[in-house]
Amino acid sequence: MSPIETAETAPEPASKIELPAHVGGGGEIPTFNITLRVRRYNPEISEDFSWEDYELTMYGTDRVLDALHKIKWEHDGSLSFRRSCAHGVCGSDAMRINGRNRLACKTLLKDLDTKKPITVEAIKGLPVEKDLIVDMEPFFQSYREIMPFLINKGHEPTRERLQSAEERARFDDTTKCILCAACTSSCPVFWTDGQYFGPAAIVNAHRFIFDSRDDAGDMRLEILNDKEGVWRCRTTFNCTEACPRGIQVTQAISEVKQAILSRRV
Amino acid sequence: MWSWVGHRITGVVIFFFLLVHVLDTSLVRVSPEAYNAVIGTYKNPIMGLGEAGLVAAIVFHAFNGLRIIAIDFWKKGNKYQAQLLWAVLILWVVAMVPFLIRQLSIVFGGN
Ligand code: SF4
Ligand code: FES
Repeated sequence: MSPIETAETAPEPASKIELPAHVGGGGEIPTFNITLRVRRYNPEISEDFSWEDYELTMYGTDRVLDALHKIKWEHDGSLSFRRSCAHGVCGSDAMRINGRNRLACKTLLKDLDTKKPITVEAIKGLPVEKDLIVDMEPFFQSYREIMPFLINKGHEPTRERLQSAEERARFDDTTKCILCAACTSSCPVFWTDGQYFGPAAIVNAHRFIFDSRDDAGDMRLEILNDKEGVWRCRTTFNCTEACPRGIQVTQAISEVKQAILSRRV
Repeated sequence: MWSWVGHRITGVVIFFFLLVHVLDTSLVRVSPEAYNAVIGTYKNPIMGLGEAGLVAAIVFHAFNGLRIIAIDFWKKGNKYQAQLLWAVLILWVVAMVPFLIRQLSIVFGGN
């Protein structure tokens, strides 16, 4: 069956069918009250951080991002945070929610303990600019250094560069990164040593090092063989736990470590 | 994360023990009497408990060190890191229980 046939013959997806109100989803969405405790910072007013509580009534389908919107739109327009897609794709809204790095747009309020205040603060290890916004420049600096683009020394082919399914599978996991910095800013090594490349840069180096179409793997391994490179990793697994894309970050770092070793010995 | 914190703390503990250990052992070259006097002061229950703590730290550090090696060099090490941590803790308990029974009976058993 070709895709076109499927589209013509398949029934309309459920979301496009008009449903009578009493069938699926027509009922009231339950609401509950929460306290959102946000760590505020505004250098124009004070150099100090302060925790501020907001009492909100939210729906069972709401995420932390919806709560932040509600604060900004209805309670306090000065609250600052980043978000763009609101659907876990762009990586703008990584923050520390109840002490764990997550995307505000992927964290449902009902999955958190709503009896206690929910704490929200900026990710750690990067300079805070205002409220939940940090300066991402050091993070992207490391990202740029590992040359996150295809480098191929051969002649430019006239058609696409072919690759087998196995070759593609080799680095599949690390293609999923959305550069949210949840991993790097959860790493205790990065907190104390901002020079460390950090997991995200290594993940994105991995994505090209193990790509059969790329010729600059050796150069990237050389860059990461630095004192501030992969050897800083102490396998604490914080990055793997933090990654909203489920990337096996520590695994990727280990693979790069081994690639450096096996190339040397 | 907590395995790493534990590894750090036990590492520092072992480092300080080694430092003191090198110092007191080298006393023997200065004067054997002084050495005997210093070593003699170790024979009390507080030091006995300290020794137990030291062994606990070393055993954890050793087993977790093996776990970290497995994570770095064994292909499936990453996947099973959490289970490996449990294995470390179980081995730690298995090693510590008989040792503690013996150590504490020596410390508090009036020799
Ligand atoms: S590896 Fe995961 S946590 Fe790290 S930047 Fe990429 S998507 Fe975010
Ligand atoms: S807003 Fe785009 S990932 Fe959350």
